[in-house]
Amino acid sequence: MDKFLQLLLSGVALGGIYALVALGFVVIYKSSGAFNFAQGGFVTLGAYMVYQFGTDWGLPFWLALVLVMIAMAAVGMFLERLVIRPMVGKPTFTVVLITLGLLLVIEQVVRAVWTQPGLVLSVPWGNGRSQLGEVTLRHADLWTMVSAAVLLAAFFLFFRYSRTGLGMRATALDQEAAAAQGISVGRSFAVSWAVAAAVAVVAGVMLVSRGGGALSPAIGFVALAAFPAMILGGLDSAGGAVLGGVLIGLAEVMSQGYLDVSWLGSNVEVVVPYVLMVVVLLWRPEGLLGTRRVERV
Amino acid sequence: MSGGLLRRFLPSADSARPARTSAAAVNRLLPSGGAKIMAALGVAGVVICPLVLEDPFWITVLGNAGTFAVAALGLSLLTGFCGQVSLGHAAFLTVGGYLVAFFGAGWGWPLPAWLAMAAATGAVIGALVGPFALRFKGNYLVVVTLALIFVVTHVARNWEGFTGGFDGISTNKAPLALGGLDFGDMSAFGHRLDRQQGLFYLSWILVGISALVVRNLVRSRPGRAMQAIRDRDLAAEVIGVSNARYKIAAFAISSAMASVAGALYAVGLRFITPNEPLAELFLSIRFVAIIIVGGMGTVYGAVVGALLLGPLPELVKEFVSYLDVTVPGLGRPLVSDTVAAEPLFSTSSFSEVLFGLLLVLALLFQPQGIAGVVRSLRIRWTTRASR
Repeated sequence: MDKFLQLLLSGVALGGIYALVALGFVVIYKSSGAFNFAQGGFVTLGAYMVYQFGTDWGLPFWLALVLVMIAMAAVGMFLERLVIRPMVGKPTFTVVLITLGLLLVIEQVVRAVWTQPGLVLSVPWGNGRSQLGEVTLRHADLWTMVSAAVLLAAFFLFFRYSRTGLGMRATALDQEAAAAQGISVGRSFAVSWAVAAAVAVVAGVMLVSRGGGALSPAIGFVALAAFPAMILGGLDSAGGAVLGGVLIGLAEVMSQGYLDVSWLGSNVEVVVPYVLMVVVLLWRPEGLLGTRRVERV
Repeated sequence: MSGGLLRRFLPSADSARPARTSAAAVNRLLPSGGAKIMAALGVAGVVICPLVLEDPFWITVLGNAGTFAVAALGLSLLTGFCGQVSLGHAAFLTVGGYLVAFFGAGWGWPLPAWLAMAAATGAVIGALVGPFALRFKGNYLVVVTLALIFVVTHVARNWEGFTGGFDGISTNKAPLALGGLDFGDMSAFGHRLDRQQGLFYLSWILVGISALVVRNLVRSRPGRAMQAIRDRDLAAEVIGVSNARYKIAAFAISSAMASVAGALYAVGLRFITPNEPLAELFLSIRFVAIIIVGGMGTVYGAVVGALLLGPLPELVKEFVSYLDVTVPGLGRPLVSDTVAAEPLFSTSSFSEVLFGLLLVLALLFQPQGIAGVVRSLRIRWTTRASR
């Protein structure tokens, strides 16, 4: 039972990471209907910038975090203005391909700027852990779950009640109709990219602190595991992103902990999210909490 | 949304053919005089290249471009003509690479046998993936095909009896003889040709075969069915085009070509090791970039795109010394493979950046690729001539 609780906690915490990355996907999907492959690049860039501001230049961690979130929001808006805005009104597939191109570039830019290997990001909670009975709670995991929950609540309120959030949902549905209703499609895009890039900073910091603070340009790889989380939960649902993230986190951790999968080879947990996604999608193509759509000829 | 996912990448209906050409003419294997001349020049170029090019570097680069073209033709059929976007294309190349290592180099199967094995296995796996394209469309399919990359890299690392695990496996002993013609050691027009030159011919022969297959497909009934699915799959189903049959067929054929290309590529490299999933993703993106830069919905676009973009990493590596630029303010060289010089980019990083930038620029400014440029030049030419 203790082992189960421990794994449960660890799975939910890992799911929190996926959820944080997936929330970034969802906000862009909700405004433009496109997947942002560059989100993983944002996660990496964000984590490295917090290292630069906080650990390297010695700013207080929280100040560094806020500054980097603002800076990344600006980066997101800049990229949106540069390469995404010209695609307003074009098929979303074009946007998807452009984000693939951005991913290639961002990843290499991070490698170019931070060349030394073995950089370590220091966070206030460090490697702290608390003992709850037999279960160990790592503070990094706690912060991950808290920030995922807070951001989820903020997203919910934003898309449900704010004018901008509603406008973004309308834009995703039909850009022309939204524009006809006086919603600025460009502004919706800009806001969504800013928010996605800022959320990526939180995801990056939590991801790195979970791994003990070690930075590597490959951490954006997690975004590829967060894709299944988003799709599993339902593309247009922030709650679904968190649900999908937690499910995939649990599946990964539980399959490591319980299944004797040695015959499947090492690192099978890397494949688990994708297999789970494909299985769920075959059953419910719109995801667990996604909106079912009817297509007309 | 009329015209479907790929509308922006394809010529609009009225610009597709100059006004004076008839439908029958467009449907010929080589639809115009220009196409006939270019095809003849292409064949002549392929025959002459290894005979006049002394430098083994260029033979290798152009031979690799040929293998890229085979795989790109496959993706062009799947994406450009059937409208199904896949980021799993690189996975099929990996499959082909291991097949030639196991059956060709390991069991000593002759060239036609391991080529057929690669094509057949690729086709079977592709046909298994096809049904997913019935369930998932557009951007969803893009992500679902990512699963392929993860599964294949996982198998490559762990099925050690077949793949050699992390150490990889040699493809060096794979037989290259076809009857009396040994591509590993051939002579032509009084020249003795080495293995790289032989492989150049082999890969470009396969480019020719693949191009013929794709061109003949797209100008016949199955190809028109695929294009109907690309433009609007639901409408195609309604008028009696079986989505299931043609989507699965497109996946099978395209994967067979990718697998054959992978086998050739692995033979060229002499060994194969498992890739990181991210590297496989980048390779898949390269193929998407190739067919977009070349021009979707055309057969020659895939070949031209592969010629231009396929050898980019090798070219960057070879000519990096000419890019001897020091970044102002930082005092670090822009590109170099000397780690001590603290370069901004290594050569492989730099070619990834170039791919990314080329893809974005093509999407922004020339979504119909090189084929689009050719098309508009031709239209300008024919309208002026008829005036």
